[in-house]
Amino acid sequence: MDFDALLLSRLQFAFTIGFHIIFPAFTIGLASFLAVLEGLWLFTKKPVFRNLYLFWVKIFALSFGMGVVSGVVMSYQFGTNWSVFSAQVGSVIGPLLAYEVLTAFFLEASFLGVMLFGWKKVGPKLHFFATCMVAIGTLISSFWILAANSWMQTPQGFDFAADGTMVATDFMQVIFNPSLPTRLMHMVLAAFLTTAMVVAGASAFGLLKKKALPESRTALRMAILMMALVAPLQLVIGHQSGEVAHRYQPAKVAAMEGWWETQSQQPTLLFGWPDEDAEATHAAIGIPGMGSWFVAGDANAELQGLKAFAKEDRPPVWITFWAFRVMVGMGLIMIALGLWGATLWFLKRVDGATLYQRALVLAAPSGFIAVLAGWIAAEVGRQPYVVYGVLRTADAVSPVPAGSVATSLLVFMVVYAIVFSAGALYILRLMAAGPDTDEPPPKETSEPPGSPLATGVKSAADKGA
Amino acid sequence: MFGIELSMIWAVLIAVAVFLYVALDGFDLGVGILFPFAKDSHERDQMQSAIAPVWDGNETWLVLGGGGLFAAFPKAYAALMPALYLPIFLMLLALIFRGVAFEFRHHGRKSGKKWWTIAFSGGSIVAAAAQGLVLGAFIQGVNVVDGEFVGGALDWLTPFSLLVAASLVAGYALLGAGWLVFRTQGELFERARGWVKQLALLTALGMGAVSLATLGVDPRVTYRWGLTMTSVDWETFIVLAPLPLVAGGLCFLLWRGADKGQHLQPYLYTVCLFLVGYVGLAISLWPYIVPFAMTPSEAAAADNALALMLWGALPMLPLILGYTAYVYWLFRAKVSDEAAYH
Repeated sequence: MDFDALLLSRLQFAFTIGFHIIFPAFTIGLASFLAVLEGLWLFTKKPVFRNLYLFWVKIFALSFGMGVVSGVVMSYQFGTNWSVFSAQVGSVIGPLLAYEVLTAFFLEASFLGVMLFGWKKVGPKLHFFATCMVAIGTLISSFWILAANSWMQTPQGFDFAADGTMVATDFMQVIFNPSLPTRLMHMVLAAFLTTAMVVAGASAFGLLKKKALPESRTALRMAILMMALVAPLQLVIGHQSGEVAHRYQPAKVAAMEGWWETQSQQPTLLFGWPDEDAEATHAAIGIPGMGSWFVAGDANAELQGLKAFAKEDRPPVWITFWAFRVMVGMGLIMIALGLWGATLWFLKRVDGATLYQRALVLAAPSGFIAVLAGWIAAEVGRQPYVVYGVLRTADAVSPVPAGSVATSLLVFMVVYAIVFSAGALYILRLMAAGPDTDEPPPKETSEPPGSPLATGVKSAADKGA
Repeated sequence: MFGIELSMIWAVLIAVAVFLYVALDGFDLGVGILFPFAKDSHERDQMQSAIAPVWDGNETWLVLGGGGLFAAFPKAYAALMPALYLPIFLMLLALIFRGVAFEFRHHGRKSGKKWWTIAFSGGSIVAAAAQGLVLGAFIQGVNVVDGEFVGGALDWLTPFSLLVAASLVAGYALLGAGWLVFRTQGELFERARGWVKQLALLTALGMGAVSLATLGVDPRVTYRWGLTMTSVDWETFIVLAPLPLVAGGLCFLLWRGADKGQHLQPYLYTVCLFLVGYVGLAISLWPYIVPFAMTPSEAAAADNALALMLWGALPMLPLILGYTAYVYWLFRAKVSDEAAYH
């Protein structure tokens, strides 16, 4: 394979967006969790909610910061590496991204300052308002970015101008394209689940280490509630998203399922080794007819296999196939953990269930893995197109020399490795320490959680300086 | 719309967004540039506290600048970004280090804190310099044929762009010093006053040098100011000559403001100084959005896209400015040891 500017740009985009999506996936859910915690603190005045808020907001600040810096990279990378794409589709999805900045990014960034540094500067209600604005901002942001990405998956409402670029004929059709509703739901639920798994893992760790017991017990129950309700719902939404993909992107579904022949009674493969040269999936173990039944609602439905598409129109099969399985596998684990937790809760045995708590610690990253795998399946499965059926990825790349892209890719890898390892270390350290649970009078715990000066002075005091 | 071309409205809006970015994140980056000159770690904590609640919102103007260019002028975005590949990349890297260092500096233990202090400062310096390189490369023009960049990977690297980079670092440092005069007190306030006075001089020199050099990048710029190699078109020149005079006056005012111990004025005068430079630049490069290659109407997105965005921007921009102003008002007090607690 030639390491030309195209391949390098694809690798760079995959690498930078892969790293980026980890943070929004976490902070979308965490912002809403924080809003709920602060609301409960205001409403019930139970210190446990305040302690939890002040604990998770520190982790939020770290994650959000990493999301911001890796996100700024994305807004310039469209132009630096995919300039032909930018010129081609700017008139169609450009406004969606502009709306994202105008309606979400400023809202999040401005009220984040109040959220982190305004704990004692504004009243509790205004502070709660700021937290809500940040949470709403993350959700608005997901709407616009999913609208843009879904349009690239299922484009409609556009035409070609005289100069060959695309223009929208109907922006309502562009925004509310066929795959938007299910994909948006799928992503937001995924973000909630990702956060729930992290909160569950950290709280279970606290219980195992006998730290911050009231806080850990409360947070664990909140996480179990989220898992038990949302993980099964996610299965349903994911299934609907698959139906939409089958209608508009049959080649993607065929690659996800590892189907080569067009036939009725398509199987659901539990295992297999797709081989693009042999045009077959080796060592396939599956349930015949289940695939057809899942996707089309009828076990005898005839569904297209990959051979129905010209070789140059097929996505890379192995990656799509396995990424899809990893995502579904993680989803099933979350459903199981949710049911297990709900059962323990019902039996009033959550707090002593060390085996369950260990399992939760182990499963803490499952949401991240599922989100990454799901996006890989969605994006690789869309290949060889960047705008499905309209613009090929190979035709979208910038006229930049491979040397420039190789340099930026290598340096990005090194820098991200350093920066995000450090971030992960700091987050894990915070989690290991757990929430402050000693209950001094409210005034003293009310230091602004993200304040550099507060932390600086505090750590200096800790050292006895 | 309203008898004005949509593309012109959007060119102005994006120019405003970029200016707000420079005026706002400029002081954040400036504070980072001044980090090495602080007395000790505690003073650096205070410096960072002076910008911590607002830096993220400030950086969002850069996202609006980039995203807005993509959305409103996709062809300009597609021509410029490949041309500026390496300096943009450098800027993004530097902004990563600068951005995460806000939080990381206070989570790192001894060596970690040291490293993130360097990362914050280095990131701010490199980001400012990279933006200067981008600006310099933009002013000197981009090699575009049929809407596509056809130049080399290092076209942006010239003595001119290096001069702009150095001047912008000085200018951002001046904004940062002005901001510290506004937000700090005591010893740091006194130190910041001294920085303002020194940097005002340095920035004035830099602006003067860049202005003169800009006259040389293209005959069209020289002609715009009523100048040629051999003659002066006095009627044109006289109309524009007040700009450099106003700039000189502002430098004097801000120097004197710092000398007299004024608090907010030095920063505001610096913003005005940047505005004068910005207007001068706009006059020089008019009517190009990609200098000497593309005008706004040539680079613009389809009219329906521009109109849709305008309907969003009309209510949203005042709202954004409103809550941004509120956050600034909330954090207007001087930073002190107690300030973070109250």
